Amino acid sequence: MDIQVMTYIIVGITFAIYIGIAIWSRAGSTKEFYVAGGGVSPLANGLATAADWMSAASFISMAGLISTQGYDGSVYLMGWTGGYVLLALLLAPYLRKFGKFTVPDFIGDRYYSNVARTVAIICALFVSFTYVAGQMRGVGVVFSRFLEVDVNTGVIIGMIIVLIYAVLGGMKGITYTQVAQYVVLIFAFMVPAFFISMMLTGNIIPQIGMGGKVADGTFLLDKLNQLNTELGFAAYTDGSKDKIDVFFITAALMLGTAGLPHVIVRFFTVPKVRDARKSAGYALAFIAILYTTAPAISVFARTNLIQTVEGKAYSDLPSWVGNWEKTHLLAWTDKNNDGLVQYRPGSAVDGKAPLFAGTVGAQGNQIVTNPDMTNENELFVDRDIIVLANPEIANLPVWVIALVAAGGLAAALSTAAGLLLVISTSISHDLLKKQLRPNISDRGELLAARLSAFVAVTVAGYFGIHPPDYVAAVVALAFGLAAASFFPAIILGIFYKKMNKEGAVAGMVSGLLITIFYILKFKFDLFGGGGKEDWWFGISPEGFGTVGMLVNFFVSIVVMKFTPETPEEVQELVEEIRIPSGAGDAVAH
Amino acid sequence: MKDHTKAHKYWRANLKLLAILLSIWFLVSYGAGIIFVDFLNQFKLGGFPLGFWFAQQGSIVTFVIIIFVYVRKMNQLDAKFGYTEK
Repeated sequence: MDIQVMTYIIVGITFAIYIGIAIWSRAGSTKEFYVAGGGVSPLANGLATAADWMSAASFISMAGLISTQGYDGSVYLMGWTGGYVLLALLLAPYLRKFGKFTVPDFIGDRYYSNVARTVAIICALFVSFTYVAGQMRGVGVVFSRFLEVDVNTGVIIGMIIVLIYAVLGGMKGITYTQVAQYVVLIFAFMVPAFFISMMLTGNIIPQIGMGGKVADGTFLLDKLNQLNTELGFAAYTDGSKDKIDVFFITAALMLGTAGLPHVIVRFFTVPKVRDARKSAGYALAFIAILYTTAPAISVFARTNLIQTVEGKAYSDLPSWVGNWEKTHLLAWTDKNNDGLVQYRPGSAVDGKAPLFAGTVGAQGNQIVTNPDMTNENELFVDRDIIVLANPEIANLPVWVIALVAAGGLAAALSTAAGLLLVISTSISHDLLKKQLRPNISDRGELLAARLSAFVAVTVAGYFGIHPPDYVAAVVALAFGLAAASFFPAIILGIFYKKMNKEGAVAGMVSGLLITIFYILKFKFDLFGGGGKEDWWFGISPEGFGTVGMLVNFFVSIVVMKFTPETPEEVQELVEEIRIPSGAGDAVAH
Repeated sequence: MKDHTKAHKYWRANLKLLAILLSIWFLVSYGAGIIFVDFLNQFKLGGFPLGFWFAQQGSIVTFVIIIFVYVRKMNQLDAKFGYTEK
């Protein structure tokens, strides 16, 4: 059967399941909309958290990034899983005990101030929008390939689907849909990995195959190191980033993970504190299945890619090359006119994407109008296509290819839905109900939540069509912002009884501002811009969230010393949060 | 002001457990995976350079174990201090 028909069938079936679940479990009250009524089992919550958490960045982009970066890509692996340890040990149990709906709720009550609450809302919106933009882009990439449409049309289709079930189901619908999405995405991720690991190394477990031997008896990683260095790339297992930058990026991703509002809010949905602890454990175990497989896929994909394309005539390449060319995410430009593909370091094209003249060359390739002649690389491969193209590169059966498309969509949609919920909750609950219109009815609040989800999707779609960078890079920025704003405020709120509102607000504002400034300066070329050599202490914008976090802690503590002490009843509240018994319901208030 | 003596003892035991677990967390990721990666890479684990293995596999597996140890220890601690939820 043809790939496209198969994709329609498999994606169609999975979508019918998600929408069915959304209708079956649709939210009737604000409590069901925000925290699924607080009655989700730890195992289901672990599964849902894992799906919520593993986004298009994890599923589509990460293995591709690692594939091009080798050891340097470890920052994503350690960063995005290590943060879970912080979340499970330092935040989840206490926030569950606190028992309200949102992170701004915690900040607002703990720091007895609506100013603090408002700052937290702004941080939550910033983080969530940055993150959701990355997801919409991921959805677009998948749709564009499998429906053979432009990537922008793909984004719009994705927007409509997310809207249907985030708006209808709220947290309750999302939680149960995410359980189904986890199953789909992990199955879709593992099946091709098993196949390819078996084919390349003779061992079906990818985590072991990655360290195994290929047909000619050399270790796979040694073989790849050799391929890489022959073509002029750094050895795969060595990497080329500065150690300090690797350190800071990893830290920013870890601290950001722990500060992400859409992940934290998950722990409000289980009944007890001990369930919150346990479900964080389940979540990371489910995440680890994908996260230990991804680096193996990176190694397999890169080895296969180099061996398939390097030194071959374009007309001899398999059909997946032409299929991806249609999406503008892959291109070949014959710089030295020898008719053969040369894959080398450096960018094949000038700018972010290849521009096609609309005419076809002698070998059936699209003519590229913007080749970058300063290097010898002739092949443009968008990193975001590696995972999706991987089964095609390895010549796997059609149903596997279709399955991967369904998995990518499951990953992107589950995360986008979780984020949209945070955005709409921030507006309808934290802003409208808690500040502007305290007398609003439950129905009115629910309506407002749904309306804001609608607006949020539209804005997210805009950023999906005009993305600042690659999916994973955009997401990494969201983490930096979360690390610089929420993480210190929540940690101090729990572990430092004396931290007062003045300190927390000053800390969040300064952490967020300095991080935004740095990103705008070095990513978007504002405030004089600057290149790599201008980075402070050699830290890239992706890693700067860690610095923002340190600034936040520092400012919080200094300001606290010079301002009035925390009131007695708030200190009592902190004492209460620290012991688990009597968590009670996630109460409306 | 309520009497917090028991709660404070519980809290100190909790902080001690956190300190131990977070030290391990730091050692496997920032230690083995980043700071000492070049040193460890001279050793091999099957086809993996050891530091590279920690960075891309070993640290993640350890993280999962850390959380489950934490869950177990905290449940014991809750029981010891009578804070187990009904």
